[in-house]
Amino acid sequence: MSELLIKLWDSGTIQKGIWETVYMTFVSAFFSYLIGLPLGILLNVTAKDGIHPMPWLYRIVSIFVNIFRSIPFVILMVAMLPVAKLITGTSLGNNAMIVTLVIAAAPYVARMAESSFKEVGGGVIEAAKSMGASDMRIICQVLIPEAKPSLIVGSVISLVTILGYSAMAGTIGGGGLGMIAVSFGYQRFNDDIIWICVLLTIIIVQIIQETGMLIARKTDKRIR
Amino acid sequence: MIQIENLSKTYKTSAGGFTALSDVNLTVNDGEIFGIIGLSGAGKSTLVRCINFLEVPTSGKVVIDGDEMGTLSKKELLIKRRSIGMIFQGFNLLEQRTVLKNICFPLEIAKVPKEQAVKRARELLELVGLADKESSYPSQLSGGQKQRVAIARALAAETKYLLCDEATSALDPDTTRSILDLLKKVNKELGVTIIVITHEMKVIESICDRAAVLDGGNVAELAPVSELFANPKSDIARKLILSAVNTAEEIKGGRVIRIIFDGETSYKPVIANLILSCQAPLNILKADTQDVGGKAFGQIIIGLPDDEVLAERVTKYLDDNGIKFSETEAV
Ligand SMILES: Nc1ncnc2c1ncn2[C@@H]1O[C@H](COP(=O)(O)OP(=O)(O)OP(=O)(O)O)[C@@H](O)[C@H]1O
Ligand SMILES: [Mg+2]
Repeated sequence: MSELLIKLWDSGTIQKGIWETVYMTFVSAFFSYLIGLPLGILLNVTAKDGIHPMPWLYRIVSIFVNIFRSIPFVILMVAMLPVAKLITGTSLGNNAMIVTLVIAAAPYVARMAESSFKEVGGGVIEAAKSMGASDMRIICQVLIPEAKPSLIVGSVISLVTILGYSAMAGTIGGGGLGMIAVSFGYQRFNDDIIWICVLLTIIIVQIIQETGMLIARKTDKRIR
Repeated sequence: MIQIENLSKTYKTSAGGFTALSDVNLTVNDGEIFGIIGLSGAGKSTLVRCINFLEVPTSGKVVIDGDEMGTLSKKELLIKRRSIGMIFQGFNLLEQRTVLKNICFPLEIAKVPKEQAVKRARELLELVGLADKESSYPSQLSGGQKQRVAIARALAAETKYLLCDEATSALDPDTTRSILDLLKKVNKELGVTIIVITHEMKVIESICDRAAVLDGGNVAELAPVSELFANPKSDIARKLILSAVNTAEEIKGGRVIRIIFDGETSYKPVIANLILSCQAPLNILKADTQDVGGKAFGQIIIGLPDDEVLAERVTKYLDDNGIKFSETEAV
């Protein structure tokens, strides 16, 4: 083990990196869902076979989402730095990175949510309609609760994706394990630091994956 | 009372449009069980979905208790739908809710206070015979049980009409019977008017008072069920009645029994009842009976179905009803 690694550990840099990665991932995911989930509902509801078809609105939202989804994250990240600066007052640091992460992840979350809602059978919605349920009630009491297990699975996938993005954000001024791997490992030719970061990332992903799936299984009343 | 007047429905398709219903006229009286039968694609589902305006007709009207559905505001329509329950072939229960919560759902929509809703839901669970399943989830129930929950749910609000779209088509014959019995009970005890959609004549036969035969979006025939059976006027009705007899389970020279009529059995339609109760295809190999002063004398030789269970059911039915029979060799 290199001296630098021991130094980084003793000074708490690695521990801070872990925390920053987790922090960026979860805070970004939170805001991504705050924006992406309503977008996903909107996409599902206004689709041709949705509960309230509005083809023109669907088209607009869909195109908007596709545009953001088609820009590679490294490019979107630098392109959105001015926006980050507008919101957080700086284009450096974790909070600025969170802004770019949310802009990249929210459209992704919207598509994930849309596909989760699609899994809710047309039959249940039809039954709710036949009982005289309003569109709003169908969204809140049928669509969301019935899609919940699938939404949770989707959120696990989103979290892991956002974690991957956050490592990239580390290269342009964000913190976290991505930053440590690049500035202490790659730029100073310390392979062991890179590998420690890889290992730590794998562990974090595993924890997210396992807990997420456990929660999804516990929530789902279909299988048992 | 449900009045359907000059109802037509044309679906928009890429090919320009498909007319699923054309100029349908019929009236469903309060308290009756009304059947709508037709082959696949005849427009049965379209018709039933037009009744509660899940599908908006292209022309014509649907009048329910004096309210013309097409003239109701969106809000009025939602309120009107509360009085029209609907059940489906696929049950369509909320998978993430318990049985009790499923039945409470329409009551939540009707803004019934929670305590009262739970009480009402329990009453209905009692009615459909699932009192012990209130905290189960739909995935833990059999098909028949799911349909019972669906029926309870459809009846929970102040339901006056119950629309059943192929409600028994996914169920085995025994379960079908028990669901049909339940529908009959609901009709008798709660006075709910029921519209039954099916492609099976035996469903119409077992519970309906009157039935309309739908063919290519038109009503080919509308008559009391007994009349429809005794004297079908349309080709399609005859075809449907015939297909009810020729079921898949063919008879291939299995067990043969001889039913004896010694004057004890009077006008009771023994064979018809036997076939209906057992839902078994029976082959009459030979019949030689005479009617003497309203009493039947003679014998009928029938081939039992190959299916062990069905055959057993037939002999049990005969035993239970005190009908004399003996087992004979194949003729
Ligand atoms: N949304 C739709 N768009 C276009 N055509 C449709 C639509 N819904 C139904 N149809 C057509 O209308 C006809 C009648 O359909 P419907 O579902 O009412 O038949 P059905 O009698 O219920 O048949 P099944 O017994 O198979 O359920 C069919 O030919 C079907 O293809
Ligand atoms: Mg149908």
